[in-house]
Parts: sequence; structure tokens; C-alpha cells
Amino acid sequence: MARLPRLPRALLPLLVALSLLAAACATATTPSPNTTTAPSPSPTTTPAPTPTATPAPSEASYPVTIEAANGPVRIEKRPERIVSLSPTATEILFAVGAGSQVAAVDQFSNYPPEAPVTDLSGYEPNVEAIAGFDPDLVVISNDPGNLETSLEKLQIPVLLQPAAQRLDDTYAQIEQLGAATGHAAEATQLVADMKAAIDRLVREAPRFPEPRSFYHELDPTYYSVTSKTFIGQIYRLVGLKNIADEATGGAPDYPQLSAEFIVAADPDLIFLADTKCCGQSAATVAERPGWDKITAVKTGAVIALDDDIASRWGPRVVDFLRTVVDALSKLDGATSSLPTLVAVGS
Amino acid sequence: MEATQVPAAASAATSAATAEERAPAMEGEAQARLAATQDPPTPTLRPTRLRPGLLALAATGLVGAALLGILVGPVGLAPTAVAWELVGRLPFVYVDSGLSAREAAILWELRVPRVVLGGLVGAMLAVAGAAYQGVFRNPLADPYLLGVAAGAGLGATLAVAYLPQLGGWPLSPIPLAAFGGAVLAVVATYGLGRSGTRSRTTATLVLAGVAVASFFTAVQTYVQQQHAETLREVYAWILGGLGTVGWQQVVLILPYVGVSALALLLHGRLLDVMALGDDEAESLGVPATRVRLAVVGAATLGTAAAVAVSGLIGFVGIIVPHAIRLALGSSYRIILPLSAIFGAAFLILADLLARTALAPAEIPIGVITAFVGAPFFLLVLRRTRKIG
Repeated sequence: MARLPRLPRALLPLLVALSLLAAACATATTPSPNTTTAPSPSPTTTPAPTPTATPAPSEASYPVTIEAANGPVRIEKRPERIVSLSPTATEILFAVGAGSQVAAVDQFSNYPPEAPVTDLSGYEPNVEAIAGFDPDLVVISNDPGNLETSLEKLQIPVLLQPAAQRLDDTYAQIEQLGAATGHAAEATQLVADMKAAIDRLVREAPRFPEPRSFYHELDPTYYSVTSKTFIGQIYRLVGLKNIADEATGGAPDYPQLSAEFIVAADPDLIFLADTKCCGQSAATVAERPGWDKITAVKTGAVIALDDDIASRWGPRVVDFLRTVVDALSKLDGATSSLPTLVAVGS
Repeated sequence: MEATQVPAAASAATSAATAEERAPAMEGEAQARLAATQDPPTPTLRPTRLRPGLLALAATGLVGAALLGILVGPVGLAPTAVAWELVGRLPFVYVDSGLSAREAAILWELRVPRVVLGGLVGAMLAVAGAAYQGVFRNPLADPYLLGVAAGAGLGATLAVAYLPQLGGWPLSPIPLAAFGGAVLAVVATYGLGRSGTRSRTTATLVLAGVAVASFFTAVQTYVQQQHAETLREVYAWILGGLGTVGWQQVVLILPYVGVSALALLLHGRLLDVMALGDDEAESLGVPATRVRLAVVGAATLGTAAAVAVSGLIGFVGIIVPHAIRLALGSSYRIILPLSAIFGAAFLILADLLARTALAPAEIPIGVITAFVGAPFFLLVLRRTRKIG
């Protein structure tokens, strides 16, 4: 009775052709190893807190075994063709002076600028594309598709460095990458420098009789972070009160906050970690309905962060803390023991 | 009515294969057969009209839901103060509610527009779902049947991926792109599906919708995969939510939703006739194809506008009409207006749950509607014989 209608059947080849075309496009854009491999003769310009250039350590005796998040990782000889699929690991590698040993980094590893960016994806890594770089060490921050197993079949050691939960994790990962790449001394120095810089910033940070509150924004739909997260702990170092901490009892560590709650909580500071992704700024925040009643908006204490710095757990966490402390010192009542009158509606 | 009807129709909605293609056609025949066995000329049309008492009751329910939505929120505003504040908005009434400026802003700029928008979106989705179920004679039809969701998703994804610096725009381009994508998808579906012969137009249309939705979804997935940094933003939009809305969004969609809902409500009688089948409707002087085009057009504009500001909120368009059908009768002159009213109330209450259950954290509203909707839907399936 019901015969196949004519048009959909006629369209089928067209749809098939289109999907094949899409597939062809997809394969055309998968990274071809030869184009991007050439490691720029990077003069190892190390990022922010640079350890004084310690010469190549003599104690680097291989093989070494690194205790990483994925268990002991044995590295036979000094890696010279590292592939990093983690933007944080890329920053660390360059900061410890192993930049010249990095052959390729994933598409989001945009710092330091001399990092050899490819279109390798950290989210959906293609094992063949990685293997095409002929790596002798692969650093990842998560393992979605059993990448580790596949690469180990190819005798390529994999170092898993998941998102840090606290600063000590960052320090441990720096030491791991230093030991793995033959830059253990620089890594130790970098950790010491970071600790010193953070201590100094915490000491310099202005104190307030009443702790100042803040709202850290991850995206324009008001996702935020609690103090249980890595970034939340950094704020705690300088005694800030996180409004998202009221999200308890079943709420996730990265809760999506109600707009009316944010307005009612009336934070003294707003930190925007969605400036690059989503174009947010003090101006866009001020335009949101009801937000003009928030103290931070009224006093101009809406701070645009670099999304990348605020979402990574590498050496630039020091820069992040410095931004926070700078913002704190601009607040009324900073460093003074006498609190100036700020309208706080509890 | 045949017991296999609903499962067959269900698979027709999800995949394209020959066997399933026949399902809606068979369903039409089944209904025609059923119609023939009962007394003509209007067998399934119990000449029921919406009784004023029922309408008043429904309206009271909606007002109650709206009041609850306005009174309760993650920020505890004193109910009496809120009540005075509401009274103070009445013309010629001046009272001091005692709310601070910030609390008043929370009430008027955040909570009230959110409740109003939830009502608009819920009413639109429910009435569009009801109209689709009538015009396609398919109990599983929902407002997303012809590719609105996939089109809106693609539009939003393209906007997130390719439009630079979303903050620099006077109005966020994401809803506009979503609206455009949704309308485009339905136009494509209708263009592809129309060319089937007249008697099978529903089946062809539904299948064309399946094909277009798959195609748009494939393109969306491809774009997302190429721009992995957009995953989060697109995901947040797809989950749906009313968390960032204000009066701007209400003003944005009100004309579309108002006109569309009104147009659909006026189709109640025609949909009742079309329940008999296209041929029977034509013989009664109802131009089935033209009615279907009008319903699809109106439902598309309204749904696209709703989806553009709220993201994809599922199940409202299915469970609300079916609940009314089960409880209050099968005439579209009853189902359509009550769907609008109860759809609004349902979404307002779902959103209330979304913003208070984990307060001050939010739960995506799509999770709430599906969580409540899925078990309810199973109940509907079990009682499927009553649906027609």
C-alpha cells in the first residue's frame, strides 16, 4: 500500500554524497605531521617566573622512572620529541627550559607563543596523528579514548597530568616534567621561585576587617567555582570570601548560580574568566538586568581575567594571584585598618 | 484501535526505514476505519466546547503557579513585602513595600521576567505540540518534529563558533542565529516533504523532518568538533534554561509567541475535523494541506522564537497536551487552549524547581522537564488506547 515517496529516495544519494564530502573535509584537516613539525629554534625564552638559566644538569641519568598519575612511567633516554596535549604542561615544559625538546603541542597550547602549535586536539586525540610526530614522550591532562594504552603499544611513554586540585599538585607536576626531560634542577628552582612569589603576594595582599567577597565567572550563564576547586583555593590564600561557597548540599564544585542570588550576595569583586571565550567585560556585566545594584559594578571592581591563565594550573598561576592582589589593593579600605563606608546590604 | 500503533509511530519519529514509514499512514487508515464504524458524520468529534468554568479553573491554576514562582526563589524575599510590591504596581495604588532597591531589582528585573518568559515558552511549546499531534495525527509529535531543534542548535553553534566577540553586539546574536536556523530547517523539511503525493503528506513530512534533523545535527557536530572551544557554550545553550533572561527576551519573543499561539488556537475546530484523515477532511470542505501548512508555519515561528531564548526544553510539548487529553477530552477546541495555559504553569513550576532545588546553584530546566516528563510519558504510553 504505502509506496516509498519519490523525493526522499531521490535525495538519499545527495545526502550520502554530502556526508561523504563532510567526511572528506574532516580527513583533509587532520594534522599532517610534516607541515608543523619543524621546531622553531626556540631560544628558550621562559615565561613569567623564570629560574635563572641553570645549565643542562649533569645528574640527568637515564632511564628515569616518573611517578605520575598513571603510575610509574619509565623513560629510556632524554626525550627530544615531546608531544604535549595539555596547555598547562606546555607552559611548564617551556618554563623548566625543555621548550627545545617539544615537537608538537595541541591546538589550545597558545602559551608561550613559540610553542609549536598544531591542530592536534586534546579532547579527541587521534593516535595516528600523534604517532606521526614520532614522539618519545606524550604528556596529556586527560585520557578520553584510552590514548595511553594505544600509545604504549607503540612503545611511546605517556605522562598523565590531570587538572591540579591544589597548588602542591602543580608543584609535583612541575617536578615530574623536570625529571622526565632532564631539567630537574630548573624545575626545583621554578617551584621555589613560585612559592616565594606566592608567599610575597600573600604577605603584600591588603587585609580587611570584614573579608571582601567575590564572584568568579566561568561563562555568561553564571557558572562559577567554589573554594574546593584549584582556582577557588587561590582566592582563599588572600582571605577572599567566595559567594559560590553557599552552593552546598548536592551542588557541584562548579555550580551554575542564580542571577538573583548573585545580585543579592552583592560581591565586592567580580572576576571574569569569560573575556576571551565569550566577550564579557565590565561593560557587558553592567548591562545585565539588575546587576547595576551590585557593589562591584557600582565601584568598578569588575576585573577582566585572561581565560587561559584563570583556567590552567601552571606557572602563570602566580600572574593570576598578582591580578587578584592588585584588584584587592584598589578596593576602598585596602591596607588601612579603618574600614571606609561601603554600602553592604546583607 | 491497533495496539501496535504507538510503537510504530515512535520508531517513525526516530529513524527512517520503509516499515516505519507506513506507520502514520496506517494510523490514518485505522482512524478512518474507526470513524466508519461509529456514527457519521462526526464520530470522534464529541461536540465539546471549553466550558467557562474549566477555563476559569485553569486560569486560576496559572495565576497560582505564577504567584508561587514570583514569591519563591533562591533569594528569600519576604512574601508580604513581595505581595505589597505587586499590589503597588497596580494603577492608582501607592504602597511602600519595604523592599530595598536591590531586592526590588531582583524581583522586577530578574524574577518576574523569568516567570513571564517561562510562561510564554511553556505555553508556546505545549500548544505547538498539541497542534502538531493533531495535524500529523501522531501522538508522539512534538514541536521539534520538523527539525526546529536541530536547526536552532546548528544556528547557535555557528554563531558561537564563527561570530567574533559576542559581547560587542547590541543583542546577543545567538538567539537570532538559533531562530534563523530553526526556521530554515523547517522550511527545508517542508520543501522536501511536500512533494509526496497528497494522501501521504504527513508521513513524508515527518520523514523529511527526520532526515533534515539528522543532517543539521551532523553539520553541528562537525562544526563543534572543529571548534572544540565552543563545546561548553553550545552545551549550556542546548541544556536550556531561563537563568540569564530579562525583559529584553520577553519583548523579543512576545510578538512571535502571541501571534503564533493565537493562530494555533483558532485552528481547534479544523484540527478536530482533520483527526478523521486528510481525505475525509477534504470531503467535509477542510483543505487539509493548507491547514497543515498554516499550523506548521505558526508553530514554527513561535517554537523557534521560544527555543532561541530558552534553549531546548523537552517534553513540555508532549506531556502537557496528553495530560489534558487523558483528563479532559480529545477535542482540540479543549486541548489547544488548555495546553497553552497548563504548559505555561508547568514550565513556571519546573523552572521554580530548577532554581530552588539546589539554590543558589541551578539545575538545567531541560533536566527537570525530562525527569518529570519521562515517567509521565511512560504512563501515557500505557494508556495509549485512549489517545487519538
